[in-house]
Amino acid sequence: MTISRRNFIRNAVALGIGTIILPPALMADRAAFQTEEFDKALGFLFTDTPIVTSDKITLKAPDIAENGKVVEIEVKTDLPNVESITILSEKNPRPLVAQFNFKGKVRGWAKTRIKMGGTGNVIVVVKADGKLYKASRQIKVTIGGCGG
Amino acid sequence: MGRAGAKPTILKDSVVPTLRKIIFFLVPTRRRGNPVWTRQRPVFLVPVHQHPVLADRDAGASPLHSHAGAWEREKSISLQNSFSQKKMNRREFIHLMAVASASGFLPKSFAEMQRDFYDIPNFGQVRLLHFTDCHAQLLPIYYREPHVNLGIGESKAPHIVGDKLLQHFGIKPNSLEAHAFTYLNYQQAAETYGKVGGFAHLATLINRLRDSYGREKTLLLDSGDTWQGSGTAYWTRGQDMVEACNRLGVDVMTGHWEFTYLAKEVLANIKKFQGEFVAQNVLVKEEALFEGVPAFDEDSGHAFKPYTMRDLNGVRVAVIGQAFPYTPIANPARFIPDWTFGIRESEMQSLVDTVRTQEKAEIVVVLSHNGMDVDLKLASRVTGIDVILGGHSHDAMPKPSHVKNNDGTTLVCNAGSSGKFLGVLDFTVKEGKVKDYQYRLMPVFANLLAADRKMQTYIEKVRMPYLSKLTEKLATTEQVLYRRGNFNGTYDQLICNALRVQSDAQIALSPGFRWGATLLPNQEITMEDVLNQTCITYPETYTQEMSGSQIKMILEDVCDNLFNSDPYWQQGGDMVRVGGMDYTCDPLQPINKRISGMTLDDGTPIDMSKRYKVAGWATVKNQSPGKPVWEIVADYLRDQKVVKLDKINTPKLLNVKGNPGIVDYNYN
Repeated sequence: MTISRRNFIRNAVALGIGTIILPPALMADRAAFQTEEFDKALGFLFTDTPIVTSDKITLKAPDIAENGKVVEIEVKTDLPNVESITILSEKNPRPLVAQFNFKGKVRGWAKTRIKMGGTGNVIVVVKADGKLYKASRQIKVTIGGCGG
Repeated sequence: MGRAGAKPTILKDSVVPTLRKIIFFLVPTRRRGNPVWTRQRPVFLVPVHQHPVLADRDAGASPLHSHAGAWEREKSISLQNSFSQKKMNRREFIHLMAVASASGFLPKSFAEMQRDFYDIPNFGQVRLLHFTDCHAQLLPIYYREPHVNLGIGESKAPHIVGDKLLQHFGIKPNSLEAHAFTYLNYQQAAETYGKVGGFAHLATLINRLRDSYGREKTLLLDSGDTWQGSGTAYWTRGQDMVEACNRLGVDVMTGHWEFTYLAKEVLANIKKFQGEFVAQNVLVKEEALFEGVPAFDEDSGHAFKPYTMRDLNGVRVAVIGQAFPYTPIANPARFIPDWTFGIRESEMQSLVDTVRTQEKAEIVVVLSHNGMDVDLKLASRVTGIDVILGGHSHDAMPKPSHVKNNDGTTLVCNAGSSGKFLGVLDFTVKEGKVKDYQYRLMPVFANLLAADRKMQTYIEKVRMPYLSKLTEKLATTEQVLYRRGNFNGTYDQLICNALRVQSDAQIALSPGFRWGATLLPNQEITMEDVLNQTCITYPETYTQEMSGSQIKMILEDVCDNLFNSDPYWQQGGDMVRVGGMDYTCDPLQPINKRISGMTLDDGTPIDMSKRYKVAGWATVKNQSPGKPVWEIVADYLRDQKVVKLDKINTPKLLNVKGNPGIVDYNYN
């Protein structure tokens, strides 16, 4: 039996299958979510652990946001033993947007919608096997109009 | 749609032909002099469901059947039309002779002349015919190509204009082609060669090129921007164009301005369209799917069929649709709230792989409304596409660009706009692969192609209920009125002047669209001409106070959409047009650093913190409160009577001298 997209979404919402998503504020350092500085947010979360750029992270996001208030961000990674996926938006008043923590044998996947006030980089940090990896992408937020 | 349910009972099949006969004889289709229009019904009192051609009278019949019915009815009526096969009148003959001598033809018969210019030898096994961005121009028009079409970074097609374009493509100066592809010597050449496009003339050319090749071996493809751009398209919500495309024989299309009607209207129009509407990059939003909004494929979320497979002459051809990726940004999202767009490059790659491996496609075509710069980048990153037949940026490129990628070469074509061109692409395929091709972008000169009688009759009928409104004479122009180009065209200046005067504003802003027909000096400006430049489904005007810094932010934002060095960040329109102010622009700078030296017309610097009264139209976010812009422009023209522009608010440009995308520009 194939399962339709709508049914899948309905079930996913109902059962919370797939990844185990815990309310980020409970898990991460409160201070990290409240700071207005990008570097400090990273510091609070990961102290001084080095973060390396990885091509094993797929960061899916629009090139130009259709609506800056709801920008869909999807993160996928092939890295084994994913512990967390963290999403930051460099130019947001509070750059740390979300952290997803994982437990057990799960696929490193997270999808969420974030609010962006203007054009800027979105950075994703994946913690896997105790190491930190990152990927980033610039997303344009425009006032629109004038298309040919 | 409920349209069928709303139709009045009087329009029964048996009554309609009689009614239409009466209408037909009451309202002559061509007039000279100053006719009195009182016998015509006021234009806004003809809803689509009562339209003599478009009214869908076969309640309960499938859209396909209702079309066939309409065509049969049409045929019976056209028999009464005294229009005989195209015979030249004296004026047309003189015109033709002028064209002939100017283009180096010997004076020959009309048929022979056609053969010279439009006879294309057959090549290969499959012929694709392609047009784009006709913007609902059913009748022949003038369309001036740009003298400013700057490219940032590499100087290459499509960012070459004038002489540089002629040299690049090896086109003879002062030839018919030179006139078609460039602005050079525009007025004189346009007066000599006459109007371009028109669906009746396009139909003649298309039919010839299909019949001579073998109809079953050809496809007619349309990259979109077909349902918008004229008064009749606006009043019929794009239906006049759907029907015209059915008659033209369009097999596959994709879209952009198509999405500026309401979603339910878009779906109804697609249902009436006898070809296929394809788009791999339009998805139904997840929450909308959840609420039961219909999708072509609920599992994939595709709002429309992503691609279609055709067997032509034993060759498997895949046509993948790519709608304009930034539709809900460049145009109002409120009309189509449940659909989400985007370039979706990785999805494109997997779709190409799918059609190659599973569908055994031998030719993979992407029918695109990306705009040429985006197409060029896409072609360099996605492998396995044979050709991208594109539109949106209105670039008329005589030859395809060859783009290398990791797995071969992709051809990128862009076929201009306004019905002015027809792309003809013939392929040779061997052992499941494209071996060779021939491409031509044929200009459609109305004087060189007889009008197709059936199409002509259809066009006349579709216009009939609106004729008095369309033909209202508003003013005459003393100069060429055009729009296309990166900065203010003369037509934009006219619109900005009208906005400023009618709204008593200091500054006017007008969108940098690329569509809109050109007018020649001494031509009358009719309401139809104004609609051809302004007709959109969000035409409302506004007058509001903006600070200098707000105005600068708008200019910077739009300028970045035009000159961002990454094509995926460009939206394909031109720079916002301004009236009442001047500025300096440095296209090579990054965002927020391109615009400087903003002044009012009298030279007073614009203060970033001071507020100014600004008029404009075409707001994307919310509906503006003012009158439709065409009413503002029409009122202004009725007052002015003669258009003579003293000042064009084109910016001072920095760092672009020598760029092949700009010539004849007053840099000061």
